[in-house]
Amino acid sequence: MPTLTFVLPDGTRRTLEGKAGLSVMEVAMAEDLPGIIAECGGNAMCATCHVYAGATDRLPPVSEVEDEMLDSTAAPRTPASRLSCQVQIADNWDGMTFDVPETQL
Amino acid sequence: MTVVVIGAGHGGVQVAASLRAEGHRGPVVLLDGQDHLPYHRPQLSKEFLGPGAGDPQLLRSASFFADQDIDLRLGTAVAALHPARRRVELRDGGAVDYTHLVLALGSSLRRLQVPGVELDGIAQLGSLTDAAALRARLDAARDVVVVGGGFLGLEIAAACADVGRAVTVVEPQARLLARAVAPPVSDAVRRAHEAAGTVLHVGTGVQRFLGRAGQVRRVVLSDGSEFPADLVVIAVGVVANSGIAEAAGLAVDDGVLVDPWLRTSVPDIFAVGDCVARPDRELGAPRRIECVQNAIDQARHVASSIAHGLGEPYGKVPWFWTHQFALRVQTVGLGFPDDDCVLVGDPDGDGFSVCRFRRGRLVAVESVNRPRDHMAARRLLSGGVLPVPAEVGSAGFDLKDHELATRGTA
Repeated sequence: MPTLTFVLPDGTRRTLEGKAGLSVMEVAMAEDLPGIIAECGGNAMCATCHVYAGATDRLPPVSEVEDEMLDSTAAPRTPASRLSCQVQIADNWDGMTFDVPETQL
Repeated sequence: MTVVVIGAGHGGVQVAASLRAEGHRGPVVLLDGQDHLPYHRPQLSKEFLGPGAGDPQLLRSASFFADQDIDLRLGTAVAALHPARRRVELRDGGAVDYTHLVLALGSSLRRLQVPGVELDGIAQLGSLTDAAALRARLDAARDVVVVGGGFLGLEIAAACADVGRAVTVVEPQARLLARAVAPPVSDAVRRAHEAAGTVLHVGTGVQRFLGRAGQVRRVVLSDGSEFPADLVVIAVGVVANSGIAEAAGLAVDDGVLVDPWLRTSVPDIFAVGDCVARPDRELGAPRRIECVQNAIDQARHVASSIAHGLGEPYGKVPWFWTHQFALRVQTVGLGFPDDDCVLVGDPDGDGFSVCRFRRGRLVAVESVNRPRDHMAARRLLSGGVLPVPAEVGSAGFDLKDHELATRGTA
């Protein structure tokens, strides 16, 4: 099972089990991870599932739609910024980390 | 201090969650007549109807409500409100008393009153149960007729065409999405459906349904045309679920009337989401907004008012989206039927936006495959420097460039 570690703004780490094919957002929501809102249900429409990825080079590329949405995140955009609903989990993930921003709204 | 929330859709669940997030410590009771854990609704008319779709996505996990000490009572329909006693009477004979009450009653599908509408094979989509039934029927269907060319009907039509069904859409108004978007956007949507092979009948309504052995077989339109159907989906708009509010004496006018703080006409009763009607001076009538974002933002506002007392009036700019085929339509703001519209981009190209102006002031932007425009428009309409029609109409104008250039100068 791929594992994902979320680092909350206060430094707390939570490691969750993922499943290939699910999005990072879906795993976070299923566990009520604080700080991930995902108001639009995973359609890259609301930019409230923003995360900072630890290993951006291992993730699928940012689409044009995601790119535009990332310009509107509540917390500052960095090169590590992704919408977690657009990042599908892969089988070979182990110990991937995602920092949860201070705010999504 | 007990807060009772009626309705566990997007708005009601958000009220309960935000009350806890805002530090409310008293009891929170969330009532809903349905039996299923609260779920995301927009996908029900889209990917949920397609092959391989699993269970609907839940709004919160099964354990969330207990973890947050939210008393979620599913299968618990409300019979009546008794504002004088601050009591909600339940259909099972019980009652819940409240300090504050939030009505998140939602809306119900409008019925079509034509002969034959009771035939088997004629469906509607207003809930998870409906969507699951429709998906099951779709397997055996060949000729699907969708009555209603609004967002819901067109999403269903697109989902049916995507799985290879022969689809016909009937829309009584002169164009698709007539109530919701400007003509260039209607036109782009029309072309996408036609390109998928869907037959569109606009400007005419259903006169009757004909059946055999109780099952729908044909649809007859007012203009005399007639065609086969073994599955009909009716999506002709919704009506606010304001019945229990009206019966309790709350002011109602095509929805529960609220003031700028989303307070109903009765003290300590708020309302959020589809069931709300807000007076709109410009429109000259109350306005109802049917979208997830509106329900959620209103819910957050009401939760804050209950937890901390009244603050600013509610003022979020509504936004909305739909997916159909390769089209991504996003709208922001509130238009009026006779707005002046200025195009940005080429409707025959990759994408475009329509900027709607009311007496020279930008009030809404509708975008087709232009997320860049949409996000810029959201920021502009939420307190940015609004471009005037002549700017928008000038060669090379770009909403995002304008927003970046004027940011911080409003």
